[in-house]
Amino acid sequence: MTRRLDVLVCSGAACVSSHSAAVRDALFREIESSGLSDEIRLVETGCMGPCELGPVMLVYPDGAFYVHVTPEDASEIVEEHFLKGRPVKRLLWEDPEARRIVEGKKQVPFFEKQKKVVLANCGRIDPENIEEYIAANGYEALGEALTQMAPNEVIQVITDSGLRGRGGAGFPTGRKWQFVASATGGTKYVVCNGDEGDPGAFMDRSLLEGDPHAVIEGMTIAAYAVGASRGYIYIRAEYPLAIKRLQIALAAARKAGLLGEDILETGFSFDIEVRMGAGAFVCGEETALIASIEGERGIARVRPPYPAVRGLFGMPTLINNVETWGNIRHIILNGADWFRSIGTEGSPGTKVFALSGKVQNTGLVEIPMGMTLRELIFDIGGGVPNGKRFKAVQTGGPSGGCIPEEFLDTPIDYESLKELGAIMGSGGMIVMDEDNCMVNIAKFFLEFTSDESCGQCVPCRVGLRRMLDILKRITSGNGRMADLDLLKHLGKMIIETSFCGLGKTAPNPVLSTLKYFHEEYREHIEEKKCRAKVCTDLITYHIDEDTCRACGVCAKNCPAEAITGEIGKPPYVINEEACVRCGTCLEVCPFGAVKLESGAL
Amino acid sequence: MQRLLERYPPAREHLLEMLHDLQDQNPQHYLSDDAMAAVASYLGLTLSDVKGTASFYSMFSFAPRGRHIIRICASPPCQLLGATTIQAKLREKLHVAVGETTADGAFTLETTSCLGVCGVAPAMMIDDEVYGNLTPERIEVIIDKMRREDEAS
Repeated sequence: MTRRLDVLVCSGAACVSSHSAAVRDALFREIESSGLSDEIRLVETGCMGPCELGPVMLVYPDGAFYVHVTPEDASEIVEEHFLKGRPVKRLLWEDPEARRIVEGKKQVPFFEKQKKVVLANCGRIDPENIEEYIAANGYEALGEALTQMAPNEVIQVITDSGLRGRGGAGFPTGRKWQFVASATGGTKYVVCNGDEGDPGAFMDRSLLEGDPHAVIEGMTIAAYAVGASRGYIYIRAEYPLAIKRLQIALAAARKAGLLGEDILETGFSFDIEVRMGAGAFVCGEETALIASIEGERGIARVRPPYPAVRGLFGMPTLINNVETWGNIRHIILNGADWFRSIGTEGSPGTKVFALSGKVQNTGLVEIPMGMTLRELIFDIGGGVPNGKRFKAVQTGGPSGGCIPEEFLDTPIDYESLKELGAIMGSGGMIVMDEDNCMVNIAKFFLEFTSDESCGQCVPCRVGLRRMLDILKRITSGNGRMADLDLLKHLGKMIIETSFCGLGKTAPNPVLSTLKYFHEEYREHIEEKKCRAKVCTDLITYHIDEDTCRACGVCAKNCPAEAITGEIGKPPYVINEEACVRCGTCLEVCPFGAVKLESGAL
Repeated sequence: MQRLLERYPPAREHLLEMLHDLQDQNPQHYLSDDAMAAVASYLGLTLSDVKGTASFYSMFSFAPRGRHIIRICASPPCQLLGATTIQAKLREKLHVAVGETTADGAFTLETTSCLGVCGVAPAMMIDDEVYGNLTPERIEVIIDKMRREDEAS
């Protein structure tokens, strides 16, 4: 009997955390016991995108997209859908806006506006099975490059495509390849930068987990083009699942003659090793990453010479980001013109983004460059949940900036975002609403970068610390207006004089919030007010006399024993001095009598 | 320990892998001075060089830790969605501060940079397993379950 249905269960890290494995096991048992094993193919795939709805699964060819599936749902799905052909409506994705049941994956707005190129296989094939990758035209581009193209022709196609580095800075990929190809030196290396460290970024993890062969194929094509014989994939240790899937993929590729000695019997040899980081954000900087692969402290090295000339073990080295590698095979197969037909003139192709924070549909999305921020956040992302007001979107992580509402119609491309004082970055997009304090966000990112600074240069090591001290002063209500100019001055100096990319971009979150949210800084300083009621030193809790019913729940739950009163005799009173501003009373009061205020004194 | 080291050629580029392996293999999940001395001698490096390199990376520990390592994400996407409350809940439930180990040696509480599962924020990792969509109630369930499983084994 032929296979009637393909049942794809997402096993990206987010769905795994929601127990997708138990769902798969339950489905497997139900399919077995219903005697459907020959008719139904059950596949574990990489990330499908809408992580907050997990565990998610997709049934082909019906296109039914099930969300929040539990192991208990398995029997109903098998019985109703697989046997009787009636999709289980209560589990289908309900569009929160229209409140209508959407039955096909294609009709869901989340997917409708996306353009999946790099993520085409993510969520559609089993990443641990090389045959599925090959069935989806996998390794065809490698075959074409090795047998029908000269190395310089490969580089020419990549150059013509206009592909730019997806790690954040957007350097033209073809040019980088050309530098390495022209460099002289013994062994050349090809490196994949999988040290995805930006808070709120998970594009690279998802691609490595969902389609590891695409990265391997991209690197192998590049190795042929630039004349490299060895490759390294450097992944952060926080991603054990990606490491595991990659290792399975590497072994399978070697076995299939697609990696190692004499690839596809062309005489070309290339092999890849995986290296795991150990928790150092700076290792995402390419020269620090090289130092880390060599077994040294991950400290950035002076450029020039660039890694293309003197990189890993002192040899010419080509380093690209995971998503950049994921684009290569598509460009080789479909040509430079095809790639240029997607996106904008200056930023061709698609970009994968990780939507997180205060947005309805969190998860992984891939869009053509040039789409506006508004379309991405509101049409695909579904906007801000709980009727709250959008305040800002943070792009580019600790190197990026916060973009306010008035610029939501900006197209997403390298130059436009840079003009706003943000950067494309690797693709993290953190959405913030009215409950988020922009001064506090800036402080967070500075805490992060000053903590992750490797310490070798003074501007970054000392300068960031000084900026952080000032921000702490402001958020604790002790700031001065002159601090704002000081922050700008320090920030500019750190950008100009830092040794590597970490310091050169670390002030951006502060400078961009100062530019767009100056008023919030002013309120913190002059009015001792945090409008989002986040900065604990600037908020006070008090109990409303008229609403308090003197039930005593607040006093009982207060960890600081700061609330006094007598049951039945309202009101209870919070002792300001003893209050630690944890918010417990606000949460537990059944009558909403606890009020939170800032700057009202 | 020696057998573990000999899985790698004696080249410095394998230093981090060796340190990871030695730490994983230690029941208390840390790098002892003996372990680092063994690596140093295997690679022909000084102990201070090995220690200096290891201490650069936040995932290596130089003091004994618990059987399970809880790493709660401290990044903005998780913070925006309540990671502070989750961290407070863990501290209260385990009676430890961040960086400390429970009296029974079962859990060490740490923070981590972004785990890359922001779609299910707030998130944490216990050993190699990721837990998302955390609430104080789920923390109760998860920790109690792990305690029971530990007792059973």
